Parts: sequence; C-alpha cells; structure tokens
Amino acid sequence: MTKPSVLILGGRSDIGLATARAFAAQGHPIRLAARQSALLDPERADIALRHDVDVTLHDFDVLATDSHAAFLDSLPDLPGIAVCAVGAGGDQEESERDSDAAVQVMRTNFEGPAAIFTQLANRFETRGSGTLVGISSVAGERGRATNYVYGSAKAGYTAFLSGLRNRLASKGVHVVTVLPGFVATRMTRDMDLPAALTAQPAEVGAAIAKAVARRKDVIYTRPVWRLIMMIIRNIPEKIFKGMRL
Amino acid sequence: MSGRRKLAGWGRYPVLDARLYQPRDVADVQDLVQRQPGLIARGNGRAYGDSAVNADSTIDMRLLNRMLAFDAERGQLVAEAGVLLGDIIAAFLPRGWFPMVTPGTKFVTLGGAIAADVHGKNHHRDGSFRSCVDWIEVMGADGRITRCSADQDPQLFTHTLGGMGLTGIVIRAALRLRPVQTGWIRQVGHPAANLAAAMEIFETSADATYSVAWIDCLGTGSQLGRSLVMLGEHAVPADLSPEAAEDPLRPPAKGKRTVPFDFPRLALNRWTVRAFNALYYRAGVRNAGAQVVDWDSYFYPLDALQRWNRIYGRQGFAQFQCVLPLARSEAGLTALLQAIAQAGAGSFLAVLKRFGAQNSPFSFPMEGYTLALDFPVTSRTLALLDRLDAIAVANGGRFYLAKDSRMSASTLRASDDRAIAFARMRAEQGWDGRFHSHQSERLSL
Repeated sequence: MTKPSVLILGGRSDIGLATARAFAAQGHPIRLAARQSALLDPERADIALRHDVDVTLHDFDVLATDSHAAFLDSLPDLPGIAVCAVGAGGDQEESERDSDAAVQVMRTNFEGPAAIFTQLANRFETRGSGTLVGISSVAGERGRATNYVYGSAKAGYTAFLSGLRNRLASKGVHVVTVLPGFVATRMTRDMDLPAALTAQPAEVGAAIAKAVARRKDVIYTRPVWRLIMMIIRNIPEKIFKGMRL
Repeated sequence: MSGRRKLAGWGRYPVLDARLYQPRDVADVQDLVQRQPGLIARGNGRAYGDSAVNADSTIDMRLLNRMLAFDAERGQLVAEAGVLLGDIIAAFLPRGWFPMVTPGTKFVTLGGAIAADVHGKNHHRDGSFRSCVDWIEVMGADGRITRCSADQDPQLFTHTLGGMGLTGIVIRAALRLRPVQTGWIRQVGHPAANLAAAMEIFETSADATYSVAWIDCLGTGSQLGRSLVMLGEHAVPADLSPEAAEDPLRPPAKGKRTVPFDFPRLALNRWTVRAFNALYYRAGVRNAGAQVVDWDSYFYPLDALQRWNRIYGRQGFAQFQCVLPLARSEAGLTALLQAIAQAGAGSFLAVLKRFGAQNSPFSFPMEGYTLALDFPVTSRTLALLDRLDAIAVANGGRFYLAKDSRMSASTLRASDDRAIAFARMRAEQGWDGRFHSHQSERLSL
C-alpha cells in the first residue's frame, strides 16, 4: 500500500527538512515547498536516495496568499499530511523601530501560515481525512520584551491551530501544534543556547512524525519546555513585567 | 558554529585543545579556508591519533552529508564528504549494493575513507579504497574546488588518497558500490597453530573475497603467532535459512551496547588478556568451519559495542599498524611478536592480514603482511612501540598514518621515502601553509 504524501511548507528550514526526512524514513513521498525551490535539489536528491521515496520540489511563497489555491492545485496529489515550518525570527530591535518590519514578522509567522492552513483544512475536511502540523513556538506562550513581536504572531498561530483542531475534530482531520523551545538551526546558530534545553532539528522531526502517528494535540520539544513554560505562564504579571528574560 | 574543546582521535591519545568549526555548506567551508591561516578537515574522528586535529581550526565536515546522485547501471554514488559508510549501507543494501571496500568500522565518513585510503578484508583481491573511487572534488587553499580522477589531475587524485587531508578538503566524491544478493557473509574459520601455519592459509586462500586473522600476540615458542584465519564470501539466497532468505537484503538489526565508563587501568593486564586470548582461540577452534553471519557482525563486530575505546581507560590507547614486504614478512612478524610477547603487553585486538599488490602510489598498503595491535598508553608501552617501529623499519616495513599517534618524523622518513617527496610537493603546491594537522607537524609532512 502506498503511503500518503507529506507536504512540507518551508522546505528550506532545518526543522522542515528534518521533518521531511523523518516521514521519508517511514516511506512517505515528500513535497518540499519553498521560495526558489529549485535550489533545494541537493536535499531532494539526498532524501530520495536515502529513503527510496519520491521527492518533488514546489515553489511556494507564504506571503503571496492569492497564489495559495493555485499552488495546492499544482501539487501531484492532495497531501495526507501537511507540515508548516514557515517562520522568521526577525530582529526584535528592528521591529520596535520600524512598524513595517514588525508587520512582516507578523505576516510571516501568523497570517501566511494561517492562510495556507485555511485552504488545506477545507480540502482535508471535504476529503474527510488528513493531518495538519503547525510549528509554532514557546515564544507565543507569553510576550517577553526580547521577542514579543515574533511571540505575538506565534501566539496568534497557536490559537488558530487550537481553534482549527476544535473545528475539525469531528471531521476526521487532526491538527498537531508543535511548540519547540530552543532548536539548533541556522536561525539560532550565533546564539549561545544551553545544551540541555536545545533540541537538534532531527529530534524535532522525529518527535513530529511520532506525534502524527499517535494523534497528539500539542507537543513540546524538548518535553522539559512544558514545565518551563508552565512556570513562566504562572508568574504574576506584576512580577513578570519587572523581570528580564 | 565554533568553540574551543578537547579533541582527540579514536584512541583518545593525545588529547589536544582545539577550535572546532562546523560548516553547514560549501560556502561556509570556503569562508573558513579563506579566513583561517591553517586548518585540517575532520570526519567522524575514527583515525586513532592526531590526524584530524588542528589546534587553531579543525573543520568538522559531518554536516556536509548529502547523497547527490546514484547511477544504478554502474552502481556509482555521488555524495558529500561527511556521509558515513554506515548511511550508505543503510540506504543501499536493501537495494542490493554494498561498499566495494570497507574498513573495520562503518562509522567513517567518505572524506575520511579517502584521506586515509582505507583498506578492508578484501585488499588482497580488490585493493584499497581507491579502487572504488571514480573522482574526488577537493577544495584547495584558494577556496576553489578541483575535480580530480585517475585521468584528470592525477597528481592531486593520487595524493589525496592517503594524503590525510593534507592536499585540501575533500568536498564530494563518486564511488562505486558492489552488487550483492544478500546482506549475509559465508564465513569459514581456520585455526592456525602458529605464524607459519597462518601465513600458509593466507597464501593458499588468495581466491577468497575476504580474509583476515585474529592473532594471539602473547603466544611464545611453538605457539608464536597462533591465529584464527577467517575467510568470507558474500552469501547467495541459497546459502540462507528459509527465514533469512525471505528478505535476504535485510538481516535482522543487531542490538547495541555501550561501554558505560572508562575502565580502570588494571582491567587490562597480561593475565586478563592472556585468559581472553586463550578462550577466544579455543572458541574459534570449536566453531571452525562454515557459518553464515550478517554483514554487520562480519565486517563491524566492534561497532556493536559503542565507545569501546573506553576499555583502555582514561589515558587512551595507541595503535600500531605496519606492513612488511612479502619477502621479509615471516622474519619481521616473528621479531615483532617476540618483542611483544617478551614485553607481556598483549593486545586483544590484534589483526594479521595479507595485502595484495599496491594499487595506490601514495597509500599505506603494499604487497605483504600487515599487523595491527593496540596498547593502553603507558610509558612502558610507548617504549615498546618505539622498539616495534625499529623492527618494522629494519624489515623494510612502513606505517599506517590513520593509526599513528606517536611516531617520530625520523621514523617516518626512515620507513617511507615517499614522505620527503610529499612534503616537497606540499610546499610547491602551497598546501603546507594551509592544510596541516597535529600529526603532519609532528611528522614534518
């Protein structure tokens, strides 16, 4: 029996690629979608060779929302699983100075991903099956001075995923929210991250494949972040506003 | 992407303070080559000594690990330098392909296998790793990438194979795989009571695809060089049990164990090693004859024991591997074994192997016999290793740089007249200013 294809939106991101590898290892065909997707040809070849599965590349711009329907129509088939790994950390200081930059971060992390999932959700609902995996962030759990623009967009996305899951629960469509803590990626390569709290992309990819198989709703990677965020969420605002985190 | 840390080879001796960089793509490597005054590429750290350590900048190539193309007509795989041999097996054995030449661990990178021009149990028939390498792309001191092969820039090709990373950074290569029908090996064990008997078996088994001997280096007198010679052939489905023949290319996965901590120094001494060797030999005699074993147990028995290098304790261990020309092999091996037995410094991972003709001008193997042993690092064993060096040199032997961690520059020059020419070429090509390791400095390469 052939397995359903897995669509990776944001196929250039380290987490997106790691997730593609985890599903390819299980024998799923892979659709990598990104801007200038032709540049991903070495990754396409590597995943196809290692796992002996079909891997195709597709141009996709999360901000060009009016092209999303045509993008989905152009895929070889309607995927069984869609993972959105699109995101951009942005520069918090720049976002504070320049509202256009802030809007760009919000659109990339919330508006775009929510728009493409709206269309995918409707197609999955019509079919009566499918899994949507949204990669949000622990930064969306509480706004902090150092990254609240990014965090607020992720908070919006987390709420969107939660609502979508609620809406589709009875329609055969499952929604997984992934809340990574620190991950060693290109985005964080110059940051000095604590090793015990920092996941490797492959770890996140494997956790996502497992969460899909077990129909988990919300996962933290690494799991210690569930505890950390519970504590951070519960600090009274009076104290929190004076803290430097 | 960079940081200072303690770095060593698999033998964990010497341990050096080094800055390690982890490039993610070719552009990152280029940037490092153009910025750093001196550097060396490092694969998975399976060379035993200081071959892949440069204190100022060691370049960890493991993130450049993509497989790029496979031509199923010729069995040719194009891949980046950081791909592990084990990854190649995982991807291609289920499709009926296996590496043409493999060392005793699958945890080596493609770049490392090329830099050391590794050999396997089939050297007598198939030669060193070079035999399966069609071309190599090497980044030079200017950051430019040159493709070389036996026909195209043969000087760079020849000296990159076995050149220990001193000709540039291996970026990509094309290697040919061997078609196989199963993931199993038909193994036949032959006990040999002494060295002469072991060599006799090797000489009459030139047709065997694979041959290697475990040698008891604590045997003396009539038992000097007592060995178990193991021959192997790729099995065909008819050789397998009905159960295994159902999915012949996917033998059941083996369990893994990890050595949990550094063994204390006293754990390995002449009595424990003597007892181990006696038991091992007796088991070998009992199990002599044919059996079918899976590829992983046959080629990589030690890979099942992760971090086995800890059994030698925190001080680490040193490997000794030399090759002696055929005409001097028996006399030279006898002298080496006598010196080892006399020192009572047995090694239980002692291996004897017959090499075939030399097929790669700058590599370690030559026609004759190679002996490989390891010893925990102590002042006594380091002195013994110097004596073994002298015996090997007196018998026309030379040494495997991938195993070396302590040889002197004068020993290298006395054993191998190619060393001076290589050092001169490095100077002429401008490689010496840029690509160097702790080992190349120690050996004045």
